[in-house]
Amino acid sequence: MADRHLEPDTPELRERWGGFTWTPEWESKAKAAIARYPDGRQKSAVMALLDFAQRQVGQETGTQGWLPLPVMEFIARSLDMPVIRVLEVATFYTMYNLVPVGKFHVQVCGTTPCMLRGSDDILETCAKRGMKKGHTTDDGLWTLTEVECMGNCATAPMVQINDDNFEDLTAQRIEYVLDELAAGNKPKAGTQEPGRHTSEPLGGPTTLKEMVTENHDYRGGR
Amino acid sequence: MLADKDRIFTNVYGYQPWNLPAAQGRGDWDNTKAILEKGRDAIIEEMKASGLRGRGGAGFPTGLKWSFMPKDPPSDHLGNPKPSFLVINADESEPGSCKDREIIRHDPHKLIEGALIAGFAMGARAAYIYVRGEYIREAETLFAAVDEAYEAGLIGKNACGSGYDFDVFVHRGAGAYICGEETAMIESLEGKKGQPRLKPPFPAGAGLYGCPTTVNNVESIAVAPTIMRRGATWFSSFGRENNFGTKLFQISGHVDKPCVVEEEMGIPFRELIEKHCGGVRGGWDNLLAVIPGGSSVPLVPAAQIMDAQMDFDGLKELGSGLGTAAVIVMDKSTDIVRAISRLSYFYKHESCGQCTPCREGTGWMWRVMERLREGDAQVEEIDMLQQVTKQVEGHTICALGDAAAWPIQGLIRHFRPELERRISENVREAAE
Repeated sequence: MADRHLEPDTPELRERWGGFTWTPEWESKAKAAIARYPDGRQKSAVMALLDFAQRQVGQETGTQGWLPLPVMEFIARSLDMPVIRVLEVATFYTMYNLVPVGKFHVQVCGTTPCMLRGSDDILETCAKRGMKKGHTTDDGLWTLTEVECMGNCATAPMVQINDDNFEDLTAQRIEYVLDELAAGNKPKAGTQEPGRHTSEPLGGPTTLKEMVTENHDYRGGR
Repeated sequence: MLADKDRIFTNVYGYQPWNLPAAQGRGDWDNTKAILEKGRDAIIEEMKASGLRGRGGAGFPTGLKWSFMPKDPPSDHLGNPKPSFLVINADESEPGSCKDREIIRHDPHKLIEGALIAGFAMGARAAYIYVRGEYIREAETLFAAVDEAYEAGLIGKNACGSGYDFDVFVHRGAGAYICGEETAMIESLEGKKGQPRLKPPFPAGAGLYGCPTTVNNVESIAVAPTIMRRGATWFSSFGRENNFGTKLFQISGHVDKPCVVEEEMGIPFRELIEKHCGGVRGGWDNLLAVIPGGSSVPLVPAAQIMDAQMDFDGLKELGSGLGTAAVIVMDKSTDIVRAISRLSYFYKHESCGQCTPCREGTGWMWRVMERLREGDAQVEEIDMLQQVTKQVEGHTICALGDAAAWPIQGLIRHFRPELERRISENVREAAE
């Protein structure tokens, strides 16, 4: 099981987050999420609401966001759930940050398919830049986590930074991505391999070549 | 090689847009009403005849699974009929697997149309598509594609003008491999920790909210519309008995050009790698071993895999499995003990903690694997490790315990001399 702990419940935490409520943007999203489930099953929306709350906290703190205890209590009230049930969910799923994180959450995949393609180099590059697994850098810019398989194995190694994936990385390419982010730019997400589109073989697809330039309905040999 | 006209996922690389007009241009949503008019039984019979086996790893016949759903829904305690649900497993997290992602972000309408056809065939009122949390951009695409389908009247009230009401909802996970297990997924959909349930009751009897539920993999559902349009005989003209159809293969690791590609079931390993991946890095002599079906299946050494048929039976014969057809290739530069130990760490990280053999065993096995990596162990411990894997396997509620045991068993079966070599080398170094 993953090693997880909660941020201590202190008066300062209550002071800062005790008055948490949705902004109009997130409130309408929360309503739409609850409407996806049958009447009386609103607690199915707890995962979506935790995600929204984390994102709103992120907007307010200029980070990827996290889940202070008073915020989880707010969600429990709004879904008519015991707080412990919300806590169980928040602590079980690893994408909920239980402690504050930096502006960029650098999640390096280290599972075997990425490892075979050089994820050690990526982690080493991050370490050279002062990042440490499970920690946020002093400038508040980077939080480094080694994560388990992210499902980008044909474009390994990869890193997910906040909402975007950066694939086909090398030490040099991750340096570039991190430099761009630090400079406030938006590096192109997806594969970083020049000339590669997505998960086709490098150098161009071996199948469905006509699709590269034009949409086709292949049925019946058309 | 499979001809392009016989490929189902024609936009797998996303060169063309995923949106509805483009999807329709590729043949999706083409008179879906006519398919539904064939009736529930005819659809299920056609799916059975196609020989499609579930693409999520276990390989259970899809049509047969659909037929388990009750014809007349059971009643709740007030005597009202319960709704039935289709749950689509898009929680793709098995290391090596990256096919459902391509379907969701590049061909989502195949999945949504498949949801309608499958849901109709099993009498479901709605489908929930459970997308793994880490597929953030992919889920955005799927939400948008579902909205498009609603606006075009393809799903929702009177879906495709068929008179059948059917909803499709997207539910995002939040980073737990175990939610790919069907009952854990149902728990998670209900807003709980994703810990698997004991079976029976099976989901077809009591699943989501206690209602009849079928859980299917994304690829199994997404191929259904094409099978219905082109017929069971077309689909079963590929592959061999018990292993029919086409399949998305995902090749990662030490090949020149890793990729995702749709191929005929049973394609020989060598052909798959030569045709689409530019060969093994450093040539065929440099191949060490292959994990042919995602991290849970035992590895196969080079000599045995080279001419293996890549399908359920072909890989079962080698003591491994097709799983999700996630082919992880390892050349001779690989530290094979570390490669498997890293998988042990994965299972330790992802164990839900419910059953003691798995919660404790995955951590124990990983710690021993880490010592074996350095050779810091006694030779007897190899047998002890083997024995512990047998004590975890089959003694847990779900298959995660088995999945954690098999890679280690595969390593011991095929690379025991390597483990022993590391131990004796370590002893020698200590003596010097």
